[in-house]
Amino acid sequence: MKLKKKIPVIDQGNRHGFWGGKFGGNFVPETLKKPIEDLEILFNKLKKDKNFINERDRYFKNWVGVPTRFIKLKNLTNYVGGAQIWSKVVSDANGGAHKIYNATVHCLLAKRSGKKVIIGDTGAGYAGKMLSMAAKKFGLKCKIFMGAKDISRQQPNVKAIKKNGAEVIPVYSGSQTLVDAVSECMRYWVANCDTTAMCVGSTVGPAVFVRICGWSTSQISRELKAQLIDEFGSIPKKLKLYNCVGGGSSSFGFWNEFMDYHKNQCEFIGVEAGGPARSKKHAAPLTFGSKIGILHGAAQYVNQNSDGQIEETESISAGLDYPGISPLHCFLKDTKRARYTAASDEEALNAYKLVTKFEKLRPSLEPSHAFSVAIKESKKFSKDTIVVVNSCGDAYKDKGIIEKRLGKKYA
Amino acid sequence: MPNPISVAFEIAKKESRPALLTYTVAGDSSKKQSLEILNSISKNVDILEIGMPHNTPVADGSQIQTSSYRAIKNGIKINDIFKIVKDFKSFNKTKPIILMGYYNMIFQYGENEFLKKCKISGVNGLIVVDLPWPENRKFANKCKKKSIYFIQLLSPTTTTKRLKKIIKDSHSMNYFISMLSTTGGKLKVSPKEIMNNYDKIKRIDPKKNVVIGFGITEKTIKSLKKADGLVVGSAICKEITNSLKKRQNVVTNVNNVVKKLKKKIL
Repeated sequence: MKLKKKIPVIDQGNRHGFWGGKFGGNFVPETLKKPIEDLEILFNKLKKDKNFINERDRYFKNWVGVPTRFIKLKNLTNYVGGAQIWSKVVSDANGGAHKIYNATVHCLLAKRSGKKVIIGDTGAGYAGKMLSMAAKKFGLKCKIFMGAKDISRQQPNVKAIKKNGAEVIPVYSGSQTLVDAVSECMRYWVANCDTTAMCVGSTVGPAVFVRICGWSTSQISRELKAQLIDEFGSIPKKLKLYNCVGGGSSSFGFWNEFMDYHKNQCEFIGVEAGGPARSKKHAAPLTFGSKIGILHGAAQYVNQNSDGQIEETESISAGLDYPGISPLHCFLKDTKRARYTAASDEEALNAYKLVTKFEKLRPSLEPSHAFSVAIKESKKFSKDTIVVVNSCGDAYKDKGIIEKRLGKKYA
Repeated sequence: MPNPISVAFEIAKKESRPALLTYTVAGDSSKKQSLEILNSISKNVDILEIGMPHNTPVADGSQIQTSSYRAIKNGIKINDIFKIVKDFKSFNKTKPIILMGYYNMIFQYGENEFLKKCKISGVNGLIVVDLPWPENRKFANKCKKKSIYFIQLLSPTTTTKRLKKIIKDSHSMNYFISMLSTTGGKLKVSPKEIMNNYDKIKRIDPKKNVVIGFGITEKTIKSLKKADGLVVGSAICKEITNSLKKRQNVVTNVNNVVKKLKKKIL
């Protein structure tokens, strides 16, 4: 299995949509074959269309707000005493997280295809919030599928979705989290694909959704590349990019433009959700060696039992609480381009405490996982090593959990 | 020896009626009871579809989901499903059985091992909901080598060009999904429209049997009786759920539903 240079990773799948010959694909009911093929044709055409790219960039610039900040975390760097720790503050983006890029692109595609309704799944609620914002902006009716457990633990985002005029459809099946929300959203699409567009909230699902999402979030690394050159004159000799990984949309977008650099120069570190320290359950299929299976239309490493039943996950962070992982990350793992590890709930909370103590930055529980590993490893790195952590979400949505776990003064 | 599935269609044709196919979930509500249901309804059913319950079923509506979660909770494993089929077949040698499920279960079991067990236990056909054509070509060929029909799904969204290709590659039986819906949805298109689509499919290769499924209940079954076969699933799963709720005899109630269905198509 080999990663090719000079070809975007999203375009390195074979004609059936498999990366490395075995990750991804289209394991979908027959009914969805046609709508998926239509979307593929549209996307393949538009991603080469200058007018469409200009339109995307205009919305990114004037509405999403680009570029998001790239800042040095001086106090944290001094405290840790190793590498220089920086952050790409993607939570600056309109709505407070990276999910806005994918949502905007899906709404632009839906408009082009003449669809009047757009549906989407959400875990932490950011994908749902952003889709509801974008749908409102582009005049589309919007329905968001969300697990009942996530609805109760991510209330600020639920309120935002409703305020934007979208309908929140609670999902009570299974573990009542993201995995069930994605399933229910796909079911709704099966029944309504003639009138409705679907947005999958991360780099998961049938191959075309993986590609659209990766293409959209790559905005993050396009900005970062320019910002690094601006700051250091060139891409640093020792650069390490830390990102949390749930479905894998923010991390893929954070790394994409650096893919062709050697990993000794630009290393990618993906941090999965290890779950509570005392629990056997986790949401870290890459770290803990889960087997390849099929989930939501794609072959990927996924937590499952020997009968192929998908296993329940557990994580303090709703956005990472997913048993599978993007086929793109499976591919990056097996080609050894990226390295994956996990942080526990407690480690993420501790990192949140440290970051908020030293900096004017409030990473949500998802990027707090990445900060945890970045802080731990930075101690051992030389001072000329540049560590960048993608702070891809804001902690406002987590205030209930943080208050409960760390007390009022942190919330 | 011809596949019992084809024999079942011939018998129904001789009686000038569509074949009746039922779908029940293996292990719903227990391993023992699901076998009892199969034994009891088999007199009135031409082909029995048995669902392999999966916990992330992306094409199933709430009735089949409920049955599947119930079966999984009661501990059903793939090997138990093979045992149910084998036990059933020891008393009903000629009654055709189709297993229906999601690909991950087959993938984890291993395609070859899975087919070997199908053959030993007496499975005659397979429907894999999320392994569409052309991705299913290799697996369908493996099935053919074991004389097990791989049943292709066709949908209202399947283009004519694609229909022709799929039907050309298909074995003797195909499954037409009546409408855009998950299983158990309310019939939202007219029977006339469904039969028009059905006729279009039949014209491509009249020799191949086509069954219609999704949204078929006691109320709607009669209007589609010109088809080669009709599948009822969610309505039966719903009856199991209701009987459990009312603490009534599940086997008797399901059998009564099947009898009523059969009467409507005679």
